[in-house]
Amino acid sequence: MQYFLRRLAVFPLVMLGVSVFVFVAIRLVPGDAITAMLGTEGGMLTPAQREALAAYFGLDQNWAVQYLRWLGGLLTGDLGISVTYGQPVLDIILERFPLTLQLALMSMVVALAIGLPAGVFAATRAERPSDLIVRIFAMVGQSMPNFVVALLAIYILSVGFGVLPTMGRFIPFTQDPLGNLAQMILPAIALGTAFAAAVTRISRAAMLEILSEDYVRTARSQGFSQSYVIWRHALPNALIPVLTLSGVEFGYLLGGAVIVEQIFALPGLGRVVLDAILQRDYALVQGVVLFIAFNFLLVNLLVDLAYAAIDPRIRYGGRK
Amino acid sequence: MTLLSVRDLRVGFGKPGHETEVVHGVDLDVAAGETLAIVGESGSGKSVTAMSINRLVDYGGGRILGGAILLDGTIDIATAPEAALTGLRGREIGMIFQEPMTSLNPVLKVGTQIGEIFAKRHGLSGRAVRTAAIEALERVRIPDAARRLDQAPHQMSGGMLQRIMIAMALAGKPRLMIADEPTTALDVTTQAQILALLAEMQDETGMGLIFITHDIGVVAGIADRVAVMQKGHIVESGPLDDIIDRPQHPYTRHLLEAVPHFRWGSAARQDTVRRPETRSAQALSVEDLSVRFPVGGGFLRQAQGYVHAVDDISFDLLPGETLGIVGESGSGKSTTARAILDLVQPTGGRVSGADGHAVQMVFQNPNASLNPRMDVRTLLSEPIIAAGRRVDASALDRMRMLLHKVDLPEDSLTRYPHEFSGGQRQRICIARALMPEPKTLVLDEAVSALDVSVQARVLDLLVDLQRDFDLAYLFVSHDMAVVERIAHRIAVIYAGRIVEMGDARSVLSDPQHPYTQKLISAVPTIERRRVEFALDTEEVPSTLRPLGWQAPPQHWQDHGPDHRFVTGSGA
Repeated sequence: MQYFLRRLAVFPLVMLGVSVFVFVAIRLVPGDAITAMLGTEGGMLTPAQREALAAYFGLDQNWAVQYLRWLGGLLTGDLGISVTYGQPVLDIILERFPLTLQLALMSMVVALAIGLPAGVFAATRAERPSDLIVRIFAMVGQSMPNFVVALLAIYILSVGFGVLPTMGRFIPFTQDPLGNLAQMILPAIALGTAFAAAVTRISRAAMLEILSEDYVRTARSQGFSQSYVIWRHALPNALIPVLTLSGVEFGYLLGGAVIVEQIFALPGLGRVVLDAILQRDYALVQGVVLFIAFNFLLVNLLVDLAYAAIDPRIRYGGRK
Repeated sequence: MTLLSVRDLRVGFGKPGHETEVVHGVDLDVAAGETLAIVGESGSGKSVTAMSINRLVDYGGGRILGGAILLDGTIDIATAPEAALTGLRGREIGMIFQEPMTSLNPVLKVGTQIGEIFAKRHGLSGRAVRTAAIEALERVRIPDAARRLDQAPHQMSGGMLQRIMIAMALAGKPRLMIADEPTTALDVTTQAQILALLAEMQDETGMGLIFITHDIGVVAGIADRVAVMQKGHIVESGPLDDIIDRPQHPYTRHLLEAVPHFRWGSAARQDTVRRPETRSAQALSVEDLSVRFPVGGGFLRQAQGYVHAVDDISFDLLPGETLGIVGESGSGKSTTARAILDLVQPTGGRVSGADGHAVQMVFQNPNASLNPRMDVRTLLSEPIIAAGRRVDASALDRMRMLLHKVDLPEDSLTRYPHEFSGGQRQRICIARALMPEPKTLVLDEAVSALDVSVQARVLDLLVDLQRDFDLAYLFVSHDMAVVERIAHRIAVIYAGRIVEMGDARSVLSDPQHPYTQKLISAVPTIERRRVEFALDTEEVPSTLRPLGWQAPPQHWQDHGPDHRFVTGSGA
């Protein structure tokens, strides 16, 4: 518990560092928000109009003032106004995030549901043909870009089975759960395939090592069945590296998945980030990046808590 | 009827059809209530034989190529299907392993691991499981059993874990118990406890016991009958007294003669260097050495206490002399050795004679102490480079000379560590330590990882080198029989402090401090047969002390010209 609180205390420090970094980084990119917003029409603005716009968005101040203003806003939950959307940044994020979160969760479910059993299966049949097949699939799955998986999935469904994935307007889960799931399953598979392949490889490697551990031999000497030994004694020990990988991947997915969102026309966080960067929408970039960083920290903390839940050596500290 | 009879057992490893046979036609018999010891060195096939009896060998990549393993003369385990084997394991045949620290699942509570045996194998549920688990722990004399159930394995000592392992193996009420080197990883006093416990459990249950070991001293203490294994064959077997008093096979004789056995000081070295009349210069002198590790503190936070790993230790060493430091794990003997070389930072005290490269160290595990990517020449060059010197012709001459001294061929220089056996690798480590012409060698369990007969040869080599180079040795070991062979003087260390020190013969034959007496009485020897080891569950006290704790002063008492011990409460 004390450990948990100490970890929480570090949160603001990291967030502060990230905020400075993203604030400076986006301003180092050449170009400015007003030109980017108005495109070629920006050239027709008089200097006075340009200044008025800059003053409206607060871009006429020097960086230090801009930063402190932004920071002050952050503390009150005000992330600023997006230049491109003309909406508060927080509203944009909160509107897009549920979809991104759902997509990330579904991808992880896909990854763990396929990867974990596949990895365990391969490890128990190490160096036999079935192991080899799993390993080839994992290799292919990991090396194939997710848009290829997405296109393949669409192709197979539409050409092979005549079912077209439900695209077009996004259906929120709260409106029509089934429609929403039908719409999300393909993107989740597209994102989850490489993830699943990585989980397969890492759980296979971890299981292989653990199956030769002394305590697995002890469990066998007690006469427990193969499946009991594997699921009850070996797997919990193999979960740590799987958890580490899942945490990193999940945190990454929470930042949005640009290509897959584009292919399936999903209004997620990924496209917002891309647009914001292209448009030099400082407030939006800053807000989203900060939000992503916060998610990463939170996921990391949860992963650490999960470690402690799995392994008493972490819970009570190491051997004397 | 014999409980177990093994006939012409052959076991191999490798791809089906291309197995390399490692056990070549072994015959064994064990009756109920009887203890059969299988003795052999690493690679003799003794563990493979043991693992074949409950067919765990299948999971280690092995296959039974031929022969029969008959339980009650009816069930042939060698050909039984896996489904039948899971029924036999745990219920008919229990097993205890060498490493209690790694043989329990680290992520499951001890209570869960014992409980599941009662739940899964005996169909108990709910409170009955817990009650049964508490009874099982109490049976192996674990105090405070209910609290132990809720602990994780890493919170317990090795001896405690091995008792839990025994409790788990007994939970299935097996009629045959296989113990594969169950005490090798434990301290001698803990070993005595475990042997006592096994003997008592055997009396209680009438089970047959197969005891696998490399230590013929342990065999004498526990076995009814003995089978000696070498290179996959049983070269000799019979009743205990026949094997030890009238060995027929040369290998059995070799094991009995070449291997260091503890002889209560009568095998101690005669070439004493220390004479009252000669005051020669010291090679190494240690005064009031202390090492403490803070516990519970952190960044900007005061420590809550200190582990007093080493407290006010003083001794000196003369050229050509060996001081053996004996004690149990956690006593601080290795920390002492490391502090002398500044490998851990001493908290207090003075070490003189360790300047520059005057002290060199040889570690326990020769496999892990040699960088596998360096050839021997590079390995031997390192101490020269570390001393800031160039690897010139004279350095190369010294390499060749040292390789010759440690009995390795000269062409070793261009070879890599994996091309050598364990004993040869330790010789390389010794040669490397001697490269910068040290005055003192610190040998930390330097022969403990070696096979018993290799141990004897490396000890002989160390004695020769000591004479040739007039070296002082600080020999740290838990093995009394080994220390007896090499030490002129002995320091007994207990909970971070020396409690007895002096002439090896005097200390070993006439120990004065209660701890030394306990330590020596726990050492197995071939003279003592079928010993009733007292079941003493006392553990070494923790050296974790509160802030500001000061070690009480020690009161030393002389016992002969060079032998003194700590008396009274300072003990």
